[in-house]
Amino acid sequence: MTTLLIAEHNSSALSPSTLSALTAANEMNNDVHVLVAGNNVELIASDAANLLGVTKVLCASSDAYERALAEPMSELVLHLAGQYSHIVAPSNSESKDFMPRVAALLDVGQVSDICAVLSPNQFKRPIYAGNAIATVTILDAKKVITVRASSFDKTTQHSDQACAVETVAFVASNGLSSWQSDDITESARPDLASAARIVSGGRGVGSSENFALVEALADKLGAAVGASRAAVDAGFVSNDLQVGQTGKIVAPDLYMAFGVSGAIQHLAGMKDSKVIVAVNKDEDAPIFQIADYGLVGDLFEVLPEMTSKL
Amino acid sequence: MKILVGVKRVIDYNVKVRVKADESNVDLTNVKMAMNPFCEIAVEEAVRLKEAGLASEVIVMSVGTTQSQEQLRNAMALGADRGILVDVDAEVEPLNVAKAFAAVVDKEQPELVILGKQSIDSDNNQMGQMLAAVTKRPQGTFASKLVIDGDKAFVTREIDGGLRTVALTLPAIVTTDLRLNEPRYAKLPDIMKAKRKPLETLSLADLGVTIKSHCQLDKVEAPTTRSTGVKVTSVDELIGKLKDEAKVI
Ligand SMILES: Cc1cc2nc3c(=O)[nH]c(=O)nc-3n(C[C@H](O)[C@H](O)[C@H](O)COP(=O)(O)OP(=O)(O)OC[C@H]3O[C@@H](n4cnc5c(N)ncnc54)[C@H](O)[C@@H]3O)c2cc1C
Ligand SMILES: Nc1ncnc2c1ncn2[C@@H]1O[C@H](COP(=O)(O)O)[C@@H](O)[C@H]1O
Repeated sequence: MTTLLIAEHNSSALSPSTLSALTAANEMNNDVHVLVAGNNVELIASDAANLLGVTKVLCASSDAYERALAEPMSELVLHLAGQYSHIVAPSNSESKDFMPRVAALLDVGQVSDICAVLSPNQFKRPIYAGNAIATVTILDAKKVITVRASSFDKTTQHSDQACAVETVAFVASNGLSSWQSDDITESARPDLASAARIVSGGRGVGSSENFALVEALADKLGAAVGASRAAVDAGFVSNDLQVGQTGKIVAPDLYMAFGVSGAIQHLAGMKDSKVIVAVNKDEDAPIFQIADYGLVGDLFEVLPEMTSKL
Repeated sequence: MKILVGVKRVIDYNVKVRVKADESNVDLTNVKMAMNPFCEIAVEEAVRLKEAGLASEVIVMSVGTTQSQEQLRNAMALGADRGILVDVDAEVEPLNVAKAFAAVVDKEQPELVILGKQSIDSDNNQMGQMLAAVTKRPQGTFASKLVIDGDKAFVTREIDGGLRTVALTLPAIVTTDLRLNEPRYAKLPDIMKAKRKPLETLSLADLGVTIKSHCQLDKVEAPTTRSTGVKVTSVDELIGKLKDEAKVI
């Protein structure tokens, strides 16, 4: 049995989530082949060939795969699917788009966001915004799975010898959908999904100008900036910073929440963080129930004081 | 343009679900149920397209128990024209739901299908993509903006790094993200009017769909809870704890 792991990368390097998904894939007791699809991704493919547990890398380098659009990606994976028992990808906005398509094209189900591997066909996954954990057995011969990266350690060990890298040329697309434009937020801060520290702001921060206080502390700590949906909805920060059930799922070493009440949908995205700090002026805010360190206070006083004292 | 919208009955988003003592599933007895929030957004978007003169009819569809009629009536109170209930007695997996939707798509030929991006109970995030694959229609998932222009739908999608706009040739499938719109509340006269709108009940057999089981639920547990932390009283104390106790800064 062999697993096809579809790598996530940022066009210059493998994403940390790929290394977490590799750990999950290695726990499925299979050989693991890694598919690196994108444009000019040969170097990323040769990096993947060094990783522990990877026995072959498939490199699909073409402008057709540049933005990992759902139609070409699912067709590519379908084209390769024949020999694989497991098709696995880290859960992210790209794989959420194309993996269910792959499953349906194969006429099999998909198990989304696994957080534990119990056997090659039994897995755990969170449901109801993480308020329950389901154990499920996949009945299909081909198993299509996405992996919650924050639940698995990253495989950073290398094999003694790099495995073979095979070029895949398949390109097809029905032309029914086409890319128009991207509006990507550029940031010098660490990537939210994989950052070791996160400083988050909620509605309590009050405005996008005030968010500078959150950013200042984040920069002092070398942290990423996160936000609640209320903060994003109010336009304080851009949508890609939303943490939660329907935003990014994070599990940094340190998560600091300022002016976030702690709605279940927000907790769903950060409650697996190692250390949680909450600062809120309401001592009954639910966020305090999961915080390791809670400080009842005004964020407009706490944030500047903390930034200056660190 | 005809629009088909998916409406799923789920636990109300404000309710924190509990696991049954025998760990067979979550306990939904006497729990408040509602329309999946992402489906409300889908209904709102369809109704707005109709109000803008771009759509001629909005059909809402649910695959669920008889009680799902409530959510279909609710969607009709918000402005949908008619409802289709595919009556089943248990939760149906996304691929099977997609096949039921595909059968209705085949029959009704809607130019646009709008679904939520995710059910907040099963947290699957699959159905729209699967329907697109089964019907061979293009997909625009996680939409925060939808513009219909001639035979194209321009969908601005929420992706990990920001926003991406794709053009889909109609007929197409779109799934909604939270920022697409803010759903309205139903007014009392509209709730009354919705009671008289047509609601058709079908079985999976009527649609020629046979259910296949892809995934078996073995057990449902409560998540591990965090041990309660401490309250600190000053920034100095907080910094001290983070440095010396937690050793994270
Ligand atoms: C389908 C669905 C999905 C959702 N997904 C997500 C998601 O992924 N992520 C998410 O975050 N939310 C999500 N939500 C929204 C969620 O339900 C809450 O509405 C949201 O998390 C609230 O954000 P908040 O805590 O910033 O705002 P509020 O709940 O308004 O809390 C603001 C807090 O700031 C405190 N405060 C105010 N001023 C100060 C001050 N000066 N100093 C200190 N504290 C102060 C207040 O005491 C309060 O506790 C979702 C909702 C739905 C329906
Ligand atoms: N049983 C169902 N009945 C109607 N619509 C559904 C059903 N299941 C899923 N959907 C639609 O598909 C979306 C995504 O669901 P899911 O893939 O289950 O997360 C939901 O927001 C609904 O719009």
